[in-house]
Amino acid sequence: MLSRIAESLFWIGRYIERADATARLLDVHVQTILEDPWAEEDLVCRTLLSVMNREAPPEGTMVGRHFVLDQLAFDRSTPSAIAGSLTAARENSRRAREVISTELWEAVNGTWNQLPAHMIPSRPHSFFTWVRERAALVSGIVDQSISRDDTWNFLVLGRSIERADMTARLLATRALAGTTGPDWSTLLRSCGAHEAYLRRFRGLGSDETAADFLLTDRLFPRSVVHALWQAQACLDALDPAVGKASISGARRTLGHARTNLEYGALPDLIDQLPAEMLAVQRACSSASETIRQRYFPSGALTQWAGGVL
Amino acid sequence: MADLFDGYPAGAAWDEVFDRTGAVRPSYRHVYEALGELSEAELRGRAETLARTYLTQGVTFDIGGEERPFPIDVAPRVVTEAEWDSVAPGVAQRVKALEAFLADVYGPQRAIADGVVPRSLVTSSTHFHRAAQGINPPNGVRVHVSGIDLIRDEAGQFRVLEDNVRVPSGVSYVLSNRKAMAQVFPELFSSLRIRSVAEYPSRLLAALTAAAPDGVSEPTVVVLTPGVYNSAYFEHSLLARSMGVELVEGRDLVCSGGRVWMRTTNGRRRVDVIYRRVDDEFLDPVAFRSDSMLGSPGLMAASRRGTVTIANAVGNGVADDKLVYTYLPDLIRYYLGQEPLLASVDTWRLEEPAALEEVLDRLHELVVKPVDGSGGKGLVVGPAATAAELAELRERLRADPRGWIAQPVVQLSTVPTLVEGGLRPRHVDLRPFAVNDGDHVWVLPGGLTRVALPEGQLVVNSSQGGGSKDTWVLGSARSTTVSSPQLLPRTLAFGEGVPLDASPADDRTEQQQQQQQQQRTLDPTDQAGAPC
Repeated sequence: MLSRIAESLFWIGRYIERADATARLLDVHVQTILEDPWAEEDLVCRTLLSVMNREAPPEGTMVGRHFVLDQLAFDRSTPSAIAGSLTAARENSRRAREVISTELWEAVNGTWNQLPAHMIPSRPHSFFTWVRERAALVSGIVDQSISRDDTWNFLVLGRSIERADMTARLLATRALAGTTGPDWSTLLRSCGAHEAYLRRFRGLGSDETAADFLLTDRLFPRSVVHALWQAQACLDALDPAVGKASISGARRTLGHARTNLEYGALPDLIDQLPAEMLAVQRACSSASETIRQRYFPSGALTQWAGGVL
Repeated sequence: MADLFDGYPAGAAWDEVFDRTGAVRPSYRHVYEALGELSEAELRGRAETLARTYLTQGVTFDIGGEERPFPIDVAPRVVTEAEWDSVAPGVAQRVKALEAFLADVYGPQRAIADGVVPRSLVTSSTHFHRAAQGINPPNGVRVHVSGIDLIRDEAGQFRVLEDNVRVPSGVSYVLSNRKAMAQVFPELFSSLRIRSVAEYPSRLLAALTAAAPDGVSEPTVVVLTPGVYNSAYFEHSLLARSMGVELVEGRDLVCSGGRVWMRTTNGRRRVDVIYRRVDDEFLDPVAFRSDSMLGSPGLMAASRRGTVTIANAVGNGVADDKLVYTYLPDLIRYYLGQEPLLASVDTWRLEEPAALEEVLDRLHELVVKPVDGSGGKGLVVGPAATAAELAELRERLRADPRGWIAQPVVQLSTVPTLVEGGLRPRHVDLRPFAVNDGDHVWVLPGGLTRVALPEGQLVVNSSQGGGSKDTWVLGSARSTTVSSPQLLPRTLAFGEGVPLDASPADDRTEQQQQQQQQQRTLDPTDQAGAPC
């Protein structure tokens, strides 16, 4: 497979997952601001911006949900907002048009085409629902219409890395905002994990078990550990020969982050949650960079110097 | 503005939005203005969205084989903080008195000995079950969940209409109404502090867990449903789902060795607490109706041995008998030594010959109810009944005076409701839900507001064509000040966090460069192939 195509596939996976996860994250937070009279809108919004690493207005000005929605949902110019990442996913699909199935292309392109019709600032919830549905459609098609070859592995690798990263950000919102932000059950709900969690712990949940579930549950697909494990499995499949002898590159970075969570003591992890979550995000970022260097090397730009010879 | 309110008629009833002069009451000002800003088309569009949400979620009921969304009205019902602070303690007080009465009835029967209530009141109640005599629930709680129906009379005062301590239903509508309204009317929520209802499932689970038999450290709680064809099945599944417990049917349970078990793929598992949504008569074919397929034989025996807790307790119906209702103020004074905080509706006990004669004379102006009915079954509204119906009713009252009570027609308060002609007054009641964990009676803020959709109709039960409204208990006003920085939890400074990666190929400037180059070299119309 061409490196350029592989890179596009990797990013389709990441952008679609990012749109999905951001929609979920914003949906619960906006809902919390609306529903819970004691939620501090300004604080919740600032936490969201800081977790997504976006610049917030200076202290003293109130940050409202409209600002956050503009920045993180409706901004089409940057791939760190939902609209922008759906646009970027579509651009990448265009580049990889010949290897992805027509169904997948139509799902991604259709999403992009319908985007303006769904961006209604007064009805954020229906926008988020739509984004989630489209993301589910895309990943369903990925799983059903693409052979489990490198195409699939790159798509899922991107999706898994992004998922680990976004779940880590989600956990960070809780750790940073403390008791003023949405509570654990809201966060679980945002990952679609609330019911799975309630079933595992039979409703006798506590903050610790909720954090534990999102961090280290081995069976729930959106937990950080599961996502990192899935990413590693994709890397193994992409490069089976190397894996047998030693662990290196992205696999080491991801594996280190995963085992740190899996075998670390839970109370320590929770004490240091913001730092631990930053570490996960850094690991994802650095793994992404290693993967780029390993699989998608771009040739050094050829510079033409005119007139010397 | 406020076209939808044009021609809003003033009635005899207490209207919760407009006072007698037609001015908007302060509690509703915000909602009134927000609704007034919407055009009729917009409001109907929102109503449609609400209905669609319910269809998707499966909040439906069956009409002749067709699934219809449970009607939820777009206009919320508002209860101020002050009003709620007078209602909630009154509800809790009633629940405590009912608990004490039940413990007494199925125990020493002191109230009868002391002459507070006649013995015949208890023994003639259809829901007094001797099978429950002497069963002592582990933490003393029999009324784990209750729904106390309240109305507002012509003067705006809250009065208790009836108590429901058997299997009160409707709480799922409170939870799903709130969720749907918050999604469809975000702007209404943004400037009001509305007390949350989301903690209900965890409160319920805590109360059920607290009621587990002694010595069980991690009790298994289940919800017992009659099955998918029950009209409240949605509620049963919602409660089980949100508590993270199993939803079982009678056939999933097996009683053996004095214990209750459920059949699972991993063999039998012990059940400690059953939150049952099956009526007493169907619970155990050994103790009650032998033709019941909905319960499990042996449940009552296990309950008597104390190996399983049934919530709500069997035999609770004796306390929400409508004749007991007439004694409740006395029972509150007797058991709690307090004056009742909530007024009741004046009621004639037809057993008393003088009362019966008076009622028979004035039947055309009274409401007559069977004492053991629920869901508005058998209820006759005098002014609305035909002469033939009244004549038939007279016969039945004479034949069975113990079975009926009579009340004056109370004009239930009205709240604007979206109907064909716009927003029009419709009668409402209120069912707050209370959860008793043995130490504390917690009252869910708000509760279920049921609304009678046909004009002038006073019966609000959903089985009689009623809908519901989201009920908002207001908290104190939202503060607009920014909290002082010391109290703020930490946020990451910009740049301290990890930026979201993006593919280098998606760099905008690079793309633009490429496109510019392309445009310089090629006119797109000259290209042979399609651009993608």
